[in-house]
Amino acid sequence: MLLIVLLALPFLGSIAAALLRANARNAEAWLAGGVALAGLALSASCYPKMSDGQIARFSLEWIPALGIEFALRMDGFAWLFCMMVTGIGFLVVLYARYYMSPEDPVPRFFSFFLAFMGAMLGVVLSGNLVQLVFFWELTSLFSFLLIGYWHHSAAARDGARMALVVTSAGGLCLLAGALLLGRIAGGYDLDTVLAAGERIRADPLYIPALALIVVAALTKSAQFPFHFWLPQAMAAPTPVSAYLHSAAMVKLGVFLLARLWPAMAGTDAWIWIVGSAGLVTLVLGAYIAIFQHDLKGLLAYSTISHLGLITVLIGLNSQIALVAAVFHIMNHATFKASLFMAVGIIDHECGTRDIRRLSGLYRFMPVTATLAMVAAAAMAGVPLLNGFLSKEMFFAEALVVEGPSRPVNQVLPLVATLWGVFSVAYSLRFIHGVFFGPAPEGLLREPREPPRWMRFPIEFLVLACLLVGILPAVTIGPLLDIGVSALLGARTAEYNLAVWHGFTTPLLMSIVALAGGAILYRLLQKHLSRGEERAPFLPPVQGQHVFDRLLAALSWRWARAFEATLGTRRLQPQLGLLLLAALAAGLWPVWAHGLRFGPLPPSPVEPAFVLMWIVGGVCALGAAWQAKFHRLVALLLASGAGLVVCLTFVWLSAPDLALTQLVVEIVTTVLLLLGLRWLPKRTPFQWTLAGARAALPRRARDLAIAVGSGCGLGLLAYAVMTRPLPDNTISRFFLERAWPEGGGSNVVNVIIVDFRAFDTLGEISVLGVVALAVYSLLRRFRPARESMEPLPQHVQQTAEGVSEDLAVPAVIMRWMFPATALLAAYLLLRGHNLPGGGFVAGLALAVGMILQYMAGGTRWAEERLAIRPLRWIAVGVLLATLTGAAAWLFAQPYLTSHVARFALPLIGELHLPSAFLFDLGVFSLVVGATGLLLIALAHQSARGHRLPKEN
Amino acid sequence: MEIVVACGIAVLAGSGVWLLLRPRTFQVAIGLSLLSYAVNLFIVIMGWVRDGAAPFVQPGVLPDPARFADPLPQALVLTAIVIAFATTALLLVVLLASRGLTGTDHVDGREAEE
Repeated sequence: MLLIVLLALPFLGSIAAALLRANARNAEAWLAGGVALAGLALSASCYPKMSDGQIARFSLEWIPALGIEFALRMDGFAWLFCMMVTGIGFLVVLYARYYMSPEDPVPRFFSFFLAFMGAMLGVVLSGNLVQLVFFWELTSLFSFLLIGYWHHSAAARDGARMALVVTSAGGLCLLAGALLLGRIAGGYDLDTVLAAGERIRADPLYIPALALIVVAALTKSAQFPFHFWLPQAMAAPTPVSAYLHSAAMVKLGVFLLARLWPAMAGTDAWIWIVGSAGLVTLVLGAYIAIFQHDLKGLLAYSTISHLGLITVLIGLNSQIALVAAVFHIMNHATFKASLFMAVGIIDHECGTRDIRRLSGLYRFMPVTATLAMVAAAAMAGVPLLNGFLSKEMFFAEALVVEGPSRPVNQVLPLVATLWGVFSVAYSLRFIHGVFFGPAPEGLLREPREPPRWMRFPIEFLVLACLLVGILPAVTIGPLLDIGVSALLGARTAEYNLAVWHGFTTPLLMSIVALAGGAILYRLLQKHLSRGEERAPFLPPVQGQHVFDRLLAALSWRWARAFEATLGTRRLQPQLGLLLLAALAAGLWPVWAHGLRFGPLPPSPVEPAFVLMWIVGGVCALGAAWQAKFHRLVALLLASGAGLVVCLTFVWLSAPDLALTQLVVEIVTTVLLLLGLRWLPKRTPFQWTLAGARAALPRRARDLAIAVGSGCGLGLLAYAVMTRPLPDNTISRFFLERAWPEGGGSNVVNVIIVDFRAFDTLGEISVLGVVALAVYSLLRRFRPARESMEPLPQHVQQTAEGVSEDLAVPAVIMRWMFPATALLAAYLLLRGHNLPGGGFVAGLALAVGMILQYMAGGTRWAEERLAIRPLRWIAVGVLLATLTGAAAWLFAQPYLTSHVARFALPLIGELHLPSAFLFDLGVFSLVVGATGLLLIALAHQSARGHRLPKEN
Repeated sequence: MEIVVACGIAVLAGSGVWLLLRPRTFQVAIGLSLLSYAVNLFIVIMGWVRDGAAPFVQPGVLPDPARFADPLPQALVLTAIVIAFATTALLLVVLLASRGLTGTDHVDGREAEE
């Protein structure tokens, strides 16, 4: 239970932080600091349990079908990380309070920061591989947001993007690796995986799983060859670097490797893949760090190198080396976080981080300088500091390692000493270049000591470096013991945390490194003062350039080429392909099984029906023929075809459909007529033989598709109609339940407003949204210039009301309005039992309103008739939704209907289903939506008429 | 009668598809309209093709499904008709806006280069 609180706290804090005011710097810092401190306290309270070697667990069902549960699991190693993540998190929050300037939008910063902390805790506490991957990706995401915090800077954006692409690509590898691992181990539970070490290492899939997981770890921990993203990520605010790039995010890679160490380590493949990646990074990072001019760049490469050290230690397949790795994880977090914060202060005070421009800062900020120097000394591995201890352990391990390749074993001590030399050199450069020498020139203002509490985190961390360095067995010993014994269990080898081991070879190596580093720095001073940007003796290939090239090729050049070969922006080929695909999908089963007609005898042919369809067919063909040049004719012909369809619905025993089709036909025709005005005039067309011949292949092809589709659909329809209806369809259910449960005899209407009311709710919402979309599209509507000329009949109509030639129909139309409204009410009321319903009734009322517009003109109609389509829509949606929700009051599922039966005097017994209220909502919405569509379009004519006068 | 309905569907669908492939926006709008007639009819005939079998049940009598046209396709098509009206309206406005912005009523927003 405690674990879920620990995990949820930062996320809740993140939401709270996002909701605070933009300038609430103190409140944000209190909130974030409080959350971090509470997390620290919660973790610390687990100490007794952890020192007993127990494991705290918490689990919830997540995807039981796949055997995946949401599991939190805290053992000593996870506990160590929790302490580090929350503890350093707290210090960084304190620091950030002073670092962030009042202009920065701090809610965003602290919100992302806390969410990141939560994601970190999620990875560390995951008791299940899939869940671990989830939180792993979450850390990538939030680190992207944090690195790109100052998104006005291009460097921040690029750095953030690169970090995201690299680390989330690693995350995908991790997902694949975790799935493989879970398959081998027989479960995704961490306990299962850790217990299945033997089986995993013997499995043929071990190598792929290992490779994938190592790629994930290397990307996250910025190891060669994926190290290039970390220096780019230095564009982040310094608190982010101090947290993510010292203690948190980059440690996840080595966390993962250490976590899976019991299950996966111990093979030659492990030592080759993990060890060699670490070894290359170790030396390369330290070497490049010497030549960095940007302080944060120096620290970034130093971080890469130190993480390489941890990776090597993990990769050595030795228990003592693993102890050293865990120890160094903590040591590195303390001194590197304090160094980043010190660099932040220097940057803050001097306005630059360039070593070439900085010098002699000791006299301006002696305290900060001393702290930074101690931390840098720890980084270099000077005795009596914590960095020294883990470095000694590394040297000792380098001497005794028994890897698969003898030459490598022999070279390893030399490489380790070389790394020591480089580390000392860059640490010296940091100390000497920044704090000693003449006072800096060209700074904007004189640097001062930072505020008391901004320095406190550094003081605390440096104190920790000293204490651990001097009294390791008392201070860090118990903690380290908890962490390591959780990884190694009872097999933990003896190790000795002492400052003084006597005159040993590792000590000699340390002395060589210190002396060699000093000499190297002295020798390089001339080269460094020249200020060249690149490190010497390295090939000119740079990771980030390769990455940029690859990204550009993938997302731009190849994508463009791909689109150019396979895509088209023209609609006609797209539609043509779509239709061809549909045709093929229809033809395939026919070709495979043949097309047979059913046994039903054809019903007798009625001449009237045939005649009607001859008219319908001619209408359809005529519309197709004329739609290009005679739009009005085509529109009328298409409506004719619609009417024939409407009559066919009657014959097909679908009176509701016929009614709806009839009214929709009217409304659609009016709508299209309103739109015709804005289409271009007929272009003069010259029929030429050459033109017709050129168009012939295209037309022949389209004709073939059209004839094919039509005949196919027709044949299919005929084949269906000659078969009897299957007996046990779902319709039996609807027919049988319509009256007893839906309280209506019109089954179609009952289906719409009761059985499938949720679908209808969705549908009327679509209708409302379409109406609003049309409305807002037309508000910005700019017609083509030539169609803005006012039409002669138009001027007459809007100026004088009704023109004379419409006088008699206009009177009739006005008188028709009450009748139409009555008809609509009648259709609505009887809809549940007889043809009708909300859709038809709504459309009918809308038609009545349109008639008023046609009779009197826009202005006349709106002066007399207060139509508020938006309100109709709102009322409709609300009514339908609330009718559904009312079922909740009776503890029934949403949209459960109820039929109230009661008797009224004079009228007699009534039954009122709740579905009627729903239908009323449908009605209201349809009135509103239809009205809004038509009125919005009609108003364009009035506007188009006004525009030229204004100019 | 079935053959007449089938031919009707064929003619409507063919005309609709032909118009769908034409270059002018108005042609496409009319084509969609015709095609939706054909498809609606096609869905309805999945029920029972017979006159005088409208799905209205008698109160209190257990209905015999074999005597009624299938109400489900009808309910589907009823909503389809209304939605088709809405999409036609949206299409019309989009094509008007496109015409206003690009100055042409070609479906691609520019005249095809010949």
